[in-house]
Amino acid sequence: MLNRRDFIKTLGATAGVATLGGCAGGASKARGHVVVVGGGYGGATAAKYLRLWSNGSVDVTLIERNTEFISCPISNLVISGDKALADITVSYEGLRKWGVRVVHDSVLGIDAEKRTIKLEKGGEINYDRAILSPGVDFLWDQVPALKSADAQAKILHAWKAGPQTVALRKQLEDLKDGGVYALTIPKAPYRCPPGPYERISVIADYFKRHKPKSKVIALDANPEVTSKKGLFTKAWDELYKGIVDYRPNSELRDVDVANRTAILEFDKVKADVLNVVPPQRAGDIVAKSGAKLANGRWAEVDWLSLESVNAKGIHILGDSTLSAPLMPKSGFMANQHGKVAAAAILNLLAGEAPNPEPFMTNTCYSFVDAKNVIHVASVHRYDAEKKTLIVVPGASGVSAQRNEIEAAYAIGWAKNIWADALA
Amino acid sequence: MNRTIRTASLAALVLVSGAAAAQDPNFTRNLAATCAPCHGTNGKAIPGAGQVPLAGEAQETIASRLHEFRAGTRPATIMHQIAKGYTDEQIKQLAAWFAAQKK
Ligand code: HEC
Repeated sequence: MLNRRDFIKTLGATAGVATLGGCAGGASKARGHVVVVGGGYGGATAAKYLRLWSNGSVDVTLIERNTEFISCPISNLVISGDKALADITVSYEGLRKWGVRVVHDSVLGIDAEKRTIKLEKGGEINYDRAILSPGVDFLWDQVPALKSADAQAKILHAWKAGPQTVALRKQLEDLKDGGVYALTIPKAPYRCPPGPYERISVIADYFKRHKPKSKVIALDANPEVTSKKGLFTKAWDELYKGIVDYRPNSELRDVDVANRTAILEFDKVKADVLNVVPPQRAGDIVAKSGAKLANGRWAEVDWLSLESVNAKGIHILGDSTLSAPLMPKSGFMANQHGKVAAAAILNLLAGEAPNPEPFMTNTCYSFVDAKNVIHVASVHRYDAEKKTLIVVPGASGVSAQRNEIEAAYAIGWAKNIWADALA
Repeated sequence: MNRTIRTASLAALVLVSGAAAAQDPNFTRNLAATCAPCHGTNGKAIPGAGQVPLAGEAQETIASRLHEFRAGTRPATIMHQIAKGYTDEQIKQLAAWFAAQKK
């Protein structure tokens, strides 16, 4: 009998033959086995589009440790009580219908030379090309008191949607009227630039409606709001005077867990609910893969294919990458990385060069209260001289003002991008 | 190097870079995939989610709306910014591609 490993090995062998034979055009000439690690916005999209664009001729295995996709975008509305976790949860069944082999397991390591991936439960898998899309992991060394699982269960990050999201909601529900919620924001770059500012806005809105004596303190390591500054500060001035206290240049040094106190260089801030978004780097598996990291944090990729600049055959997507200029670490961008990588991999598996003119678009919608939204958008194209993506001159901007129309568009966007990745 | 030779090598250079710029056979498909997070995979938006489907719409309609967004003559929350990312030729390609998709 053929076990999975042998089956995949056989596929690998067939792929070799097909690659030698294939020369001209068409994605359906691509043959081979692509293993995708991480089923978030980047990995799920890549897995689906590899199947869609190859007409099913390329085999795709997706390794994801969680059994359901839970979206970070819109998760701040679960924290504010305006949505439930079920509203931001999507099944992986849709990908199975595309013929993606979805395996719920954890990856222990990847060997770029042998082209194998080692799983915690499922042994070893061979690949022709691998995609790593693990998102971010946290630099707990920079917040030493939060290294233990026990401390992390008390002082939450809720920067990966799931149990932490629900737990933070519970802490806010238990907060007495008149209590203080404090959020610490790391220096850029970090996942989802406007996310912290959206979070303090919708929590302030919850306080205004349900616990009007409560306060929100934002301790931002950055010198100013890093995204949609004018629109966010206008919302805080006009909607949350006396509730939101925004403090720039306030970098977290450590935490006093028992007293829920943020320790800054010259100051200490005590809260009833302390929420720490820690500094971040590429997901662990990227760090372990041997891929070149800038400052030990973010993976350097070839923007035509998202292939690591040094670890051949390994493509890295999403938040883990060293971003191109003005490219945010967003779910939308990860979706676009997934598509550019999928198209490039299909060309490469057919013996062709990647598309020399990739495009990517980004939009981040943020709620400033339960009903009003602001956006930032940009279109990026590859610049052959600079060897990176640049914003097309003139093709970027933010909302004219916060508005209700875009709240409907934001929810519609979420439904469409979830389907684009997973259905 | 005399002038004739220089001109000749320049012409060769232009030819070479012209060849290098040959479009990927799936260029338009890939370009259209930048619209999918809002307008749905292949332009098939989720019904009732408030985003406009593009699949199977008339090519001229899609193209003229994109031109109007770009010129700022059609009211928009966001398309006036996004449409500026694409050239006339790319708008033509996108409109033809979406028009050819099944509704
Ligand atoms: C961030 C979400 C988003 C992206 C990305 C996006 N659109 Fe749109 N599109 C919208 C919204 C919202 C509208 C409604 C007009 C507005 O408010 O800007 C719209 C309207 C349109 C319309 C007019 C439809 C009608 O019948 O009125 C066309 C055509 C269109 N978009 C084409 C595109 C194309 C082509 C792309 C990709 C190059 C694209 N859009 C990318 C959100 C998006």
